[in-house]
Amino acid sequence: MTDQPLLAVRDLRTHFHTFSGTVKAVDGVSFEIGQGEVMGLVGESGGGKSVVGFSILGLIDSPGKIEAGEILLDGKNLVAASEAELRKVRGREISMVFQDPMTSLNPLHSVGRQMDEVLRLHTDLDAKARQAACVEMLESVGISRAAERLKAYPHQFSGGMRQRVVIAIALLARPRLIIADEPTTALDVTIQSQILKLMRAQIAEKGASMILITHDLAVVSEMADHITVLYCGKVVERGRTRDLINAPSHPYTRGLIDSIPDTVNRHDRLSQIPGTVPDIRNLPKGCNFRDRCPRAQALCAEVEPQLEPQHGTLSSACHFPLKPGEAA
Amino acid sequence: MLGYLLKRLIQMTLVLWVVSVIVFLMMSFTGDPVFMVVPIDASDAEIAQARRLLGLDDSLPVQYWKFLTSLLQGDFGRSYVFRQPAMTLILERMPATVELVLVAMALAIAVAIPLGVYAGANPQSRISRVIMAGSLLGISLPGFWIGMVLIYLFAVHWGIFPSSGRGDTVEIFGIRLSILTWDGWTHIVLPAVTLSLATMAIILRITRAGMMEVGRQDFMKFARAKGATRGDVLYKHGLKNALIPVVTIFGLQLGDLIAFATITETIFSWPGMGKLLIDSIYRADRPVIVVYLMLVALIFVVINFLVDVIYMLIDPRIRLK
Amino acid sequence: MTGFLASEFFHNYRRSASAIIGSALMAAFAFAVLAGPFLVAQDPYDIASLNLMDSYKPPVWLPGGDPQFWLGTDGQGRDVWASILYGARISLFIGLVAMVASCTIGTLLGLIAGFYGGIVDSVIMRIADIQLSFPSILIALFLMSAVGTGVDKVLIALTAVGWVVYARTVRGSTLSEIEKEYVQAAKVAGLPNHKIIRKHVLPNVLTPLIVIATIQVGTFVLIEASLSFLGVGVPITQPSLGLLIKNGFDVLFSGLWWTSVFPGVAIMMLVFGINLFGDFLRDELNPRLK
Repeated sequence: MTDQPLLAVRDLRTHFHTFSGTVKAVDGVSFEIGQGEVMGLVGESGGGKSVVGFSILGLIDSPGKIEAGEILLDGKNLVAASEAELRKVRGREISMVFQDPMTSLNPLHSVGRQMDEVLRLHTDLDAKARQAACVEMLESVGISRAAERLKAYPHQFSGGMRQRVVIAIALLARPRLIIADEPTTALDVTIQSQILKLMRAQIAEKGASMILITHDLAVVSEMADHITVLYCGKVVERGRTRDLINAPSHPYTRGLIDSIPDTVNRHDRLSQIPGTVPDIRNLPKGCNFRDRCPRAQALCAEVEPQLEPQHGTLSSACHFPLKPGEAA
Repeated sequence: MLGYLLKRLIQMTLVLWVVSVIVFLMMSFTGDPVFMVVPIDASDAEIAQARRLLGLDDSLPVQYWKFLTSLLQGDFGRSYVFRQPAMTLILERMPATVELVLVAMALAIAVAIPLGVYAGANPQSRISRVIMAGSLLGISLPGFWIGMVLIYLFAVHWGIFPSSGRGDTVEIFGIRLSILTWDGWTHIVLPAVTLSLATMAIILRITRAGMMEVGRQDFMKFARAKGATRGDVLYKHGLKNALIPVVTIFGLQLGDLIAFATITETIFSWPGMGKLLIDSIYRADRPVIVVYLMLVALIFVVINFLVDVIYMLIDPRIRLK
Repeated sequence: MTGFLASEFFHNYRRSASAIIGSALMAAFAFAVLAGPFLVAQDPYDIASLNLMDSYKPPVWLPGGDPQFWLGTDGQGRDVWASILYGARISLFIGLVAMVASCTIGTLLGLIAGFYGGIVDSVIMRIADIQLSFPSILIALFLMSAVGTGVDKVLIALTAVGWVVYARTVRGSTLSEIEKEYVQAAKVAGLPNHKIIRKHVLPNVLTPLIVIATIQVGTFVLIEASLSFLGVGVPITQPSLGLLIKNGFDVLFSGLWWTSVFPGVAIMMLVFGINLFGDFLRDELNPRLK
């Protein structure tokens, strides 16, 4: 890692104030991403992953609020930045790919117009140059007859094609960081790997970094250099992908890996983490995972574990971490 | 596209036919129009003769058939009161009503859309709450009462605007328009404001609801993630999507304006076809009522059709189907 | 009860100014309508209690006002305040009864259309479609012009325009309910249709009806007022708020504004209260917004 990471998130706390209590969707999350790195942000639904992404871009709407923490882009704190400063970051420095390509494009504007908007906002190119750039970008994400397709409307594209358009929009202004929030979840399985390959190739080619937000460890294990695992708005484990996948130290990560239905781990039968994510408005004292954890002991109900270095490159927040080779 | 148009045309004809049946039936049950045409001291023989002349002796189906065929031949009967073709009477008064309705609609849109967008984009702000309370008051007011209050304040009390009638008119292509003269404007202000309030309130509320609905959509957040300004996100991405329900309501509201114009015209003695309808109801002038209803039904059917066309122009998703 | 007090509905109610103001206005009118005759000394429709010497007294705060008639009097010496209290009874009675009738008939037709489908459904829904493409006020005006004035006739005219919205809503909800497994299961189990409708379908379509019914009372009060203002609504002997305004309109140009302005304020407050509360109900009961 370089001296100054591209993006450093420090102790981010984003809370939602609702009638039934304060939802601490993100509660003290820290991580760093260097230039050209891909970081996987993993956890079950409702674990606060997307909120991290929106917090970075300053897109948290009422009743949500960033309560504390820093988000440093090249050392500049985005939490303290004005809306006008943030606008220059959005789409230009950091862009985002949303989960559902069916809803993230404006149904009433042509694809070309929606692509052009990014260039109009962030470059000084004239109309002709912008058009050329859009065509080139559409072609590079694998859409043929791009010049014609610019005039088409989103409903004339399939889901996979739309996601390619969304990715093209995200890449247009050559951002240094792309936040991809479950970019393939809404797509057919056959399309998923195409899109992932496309994203990896595009990012490598442009030297950009990426935060890949997903619930699917199989996806990040192929894509990411580092993985950060979130549970109930907190980081429970992080480290290099190889270390974390091969020998996780947190029982939650172990559970996630064991529930991957593929050949990476040749278990006899697929296992599943018992229970569900606890009510995030009413978290108990101690470790949030203890009710679902096979290793939980009395201490886990009393003291909340903090992130501590484990074997290899891993850190995890667990009183009774797994050693390499140890089963959960 | 052609098939669609044809289908719509058949639908429209069917609606008009149903309306003609209902109008005919209702009219047959209302009083006896023969007393409208005979002198007060008419003898029984004279009454019977008038009855025959009016075709009231025939059975209902025969009467309806005659009614329908004469409608289709463009013969809409003569007013009992004015002794003139009913259609001529209505058409003479139509420009005044259309003028009033269009000015009221323009006023409603000009005020309602910006306020609705603001209130939808800033639902929590104090100004939005005031706007919304105001709009709710707008749909809670009896329109005719507002007209009266305006007359009392601006005409009787302060004497700023005239209380009744249509001002000077200018004839353009044979249609008399008052909005081209200053005097005409001073006359139209109060009735137009009166008529527009309810519509203004409704369009405002629909615009706001549309903006709030659109505001929850991913593409609005995606537009922000691209770095678009708040104004661009609201007006370029949001408003057009929010306008789709507004367009539907727009047609309905135009219909409501024509309907409520009857009341507004009565209050302000505005010489339009709405006032003529009310006067004709008082005088049981059946042919005029019938022509008014059939004409208004035709207007509504056409408006509904146009709304669907506008719909297709706004939304590219519908165009293909 | 404690469950209700702790519920999110009640919590939001307490925090919503519009809900509180709306229900307060509705409560005030309910009280005025029930207690009206005990609140004023004069029965405005008992000719014997009127005194022509009292005619056209301005409101009490204007010169010439009489503390006995704080909102002034009309041309026959009738207390405007008393007229409003009595008129509100007629307006509200018409609004409520017409709403109940519309709701009953509309719900019934909607259930039949949705549950049985086929030709019955088509006929009912086509009628509803045609009717919906015309403004209610125009249909009511046309009906009233055909049948003449009278409280009963106003009720019929309002019901004739009011049932459609229920029929459509109920039909839509019924269609989506009978698709559901529990209804299918009840059908398979051999439960008779009327029981399926009553036990399974009806409870699930009721929520949207509450909102529609609330707001419709306000709409009906306004339509009735318009009809009466045009002289084709209630008869002179049973003056609703709308007819009071019409009567006052005739003397407005002489500067005698109070006989028409105050009844209008009463309608406005009544309908505003209903709409405020209805708005709150809609926001609370619409699960889509949560």
